[in-house]
Amino acid sequence: MRYHTPSSFEDASAIAAAATGVTRFLAGGTDVLVQLRSDLVTPDDLIDIKHIAGVKDIARHSDGSWRIGAAVSGAELAEHEALIAEWPGVVEALELIGSTQIQARCTLVGNLCNGSPAADSVPAMIAAGATASVVGPEGTRELPVEDVPTGPGMTSLGPGEVVSAVNLPPRGECGGDAYLRFIPRTEMDIAVVGAGVSLSREGDTIIAARVALGAVAPTVVLVEEAGAALVGSTLDDTALAALAGAAEAACRPISDKRGTVEFRTQVAGVLARRAAKIAYDRAGA
Amino acid sequence: MIHVSTTVNGDAHELLCDPRETLLDALRDRLELTGAKEGCGTGDCGACTVLLDERPVCSCLVLAAEAEGQEVRTVEGIADGEDLHPLQRKFIEHAALQCGICTPGILVAAKALLERNPDPSETEVRYWLAGNLCRCTGYDKIIRAVLDAASEMREAT
Repeated sequence: MRYHTPSSFEDASAIAAAATGVTRFLAGGTDVLVQLRSDLVTPDDLIDIKHIAGVKDIARHSDGSWRIGAAVSGAELAEHEALIAEWPGVVEALELIGSTQIQARCTLVGNLCNGSPAADSVPAMIAAGATASVVGPEGTRELPVEDVPTGPGMTSLGPGEVVSAVNLPPRGECGGDAYLRFIPRTEMDIAVVGAGVSLSREGDTIIAARVALGAVAPTVVLVEEAGAALVGSTLDDTALAALAGAAEAACRPISDKRGTVEFRTQVAGVLARRAAKIAYDRAGA
Repeated sequence: MIHVSTTVNGDAHELLCDPRETLLDALRDRLELTGAKEGCGTGDCGACTVLLDERPVCSCLVLAAEAEGQEVRTVEGIADGEDLHPLQRKFIEHAALQCGICTPGILVAAKALLERNPDPSETEVRYWLAGNLCRCTGYDKIIRAVLDAASEMREAT
């Protein structure tokens, strides 16, 4: 295994594009090194991106949008008060992953590129309308987070492409987001169902909403009908019922040791309702 | 082999490591710092916990090469010579260990907690240490020892 420490994403991309064997990018290593240690994936080229300038930066632009570098850890995100004030749902979603020790290393970009349908931070990012900055042999592009995962462990990224950062849009006035997951214990488990909601209010009325679900389909899914069910409402019982119905209808889960199809489908509706209530209250605060 | 310059418990070290070598293996086999233990080897149990730039990490999930230019702290750096750290004394007083495999990792993680939060609640201690598994004690004695050490450390300052 060759270990590379490029000083730019262009160099990182070039190393990956020229590689002929198994290639992995390394940030926090909480997935990549587990796979290496378990002999599931042994890279021929391991490309550590942490020597690239800016990978640990959390930056707020003048228009209110945010750029979170690919190596920012969960612990670093959880200590950023200004980001928590605007995007508490995204932060609480990443914070749910693993232990204190894992939090010191795990990243939003790693959680996204690992491609797990149960990734906790991904529904929150999709609900937030986040994008991924991608550097590749053809240059750079920015794509919606929901367009990255294509199946369990798979992404739409091409050979040599690497995600350099996650971008969050301007929160704006009266916006709020939330992420909830169901696990059978209180800590350190993989989501049976996850639900992320982000919405904006004008007075008591919701004027925009996005809902994403995790662990109920081969990828985390954006449920446009569920967001649409909230727009124009004051989160009354009718809107909440429509939200839950749309969330349940979007579920294509599997039955496994964590939960059955029926259980996951019902819980998706319940969590979407609860997350919507939290996001609504945060938007009005 | 990769040349790694790193600082462990305040001492500068130069190491030659295999690219696949973990920080845990480098600490144990090259520096003979055998306090950190390998339990699961996949980041689940916390027995290999060390501080990497002030944050607790599973050293089995860190490559030695990643420690380049970083500051590493292990359980060996907790006591001041023969004087045990309050956490170490309280672990003995409360009998917060049996086999002891998990203890070095728990001490490192607990010390990091008390440096951030000198007055944690029982719930905060339990959540902070959720990534440190212990098969002997049932955790109660560990939690009591950490809370008692925190209390003593607050009184001392």
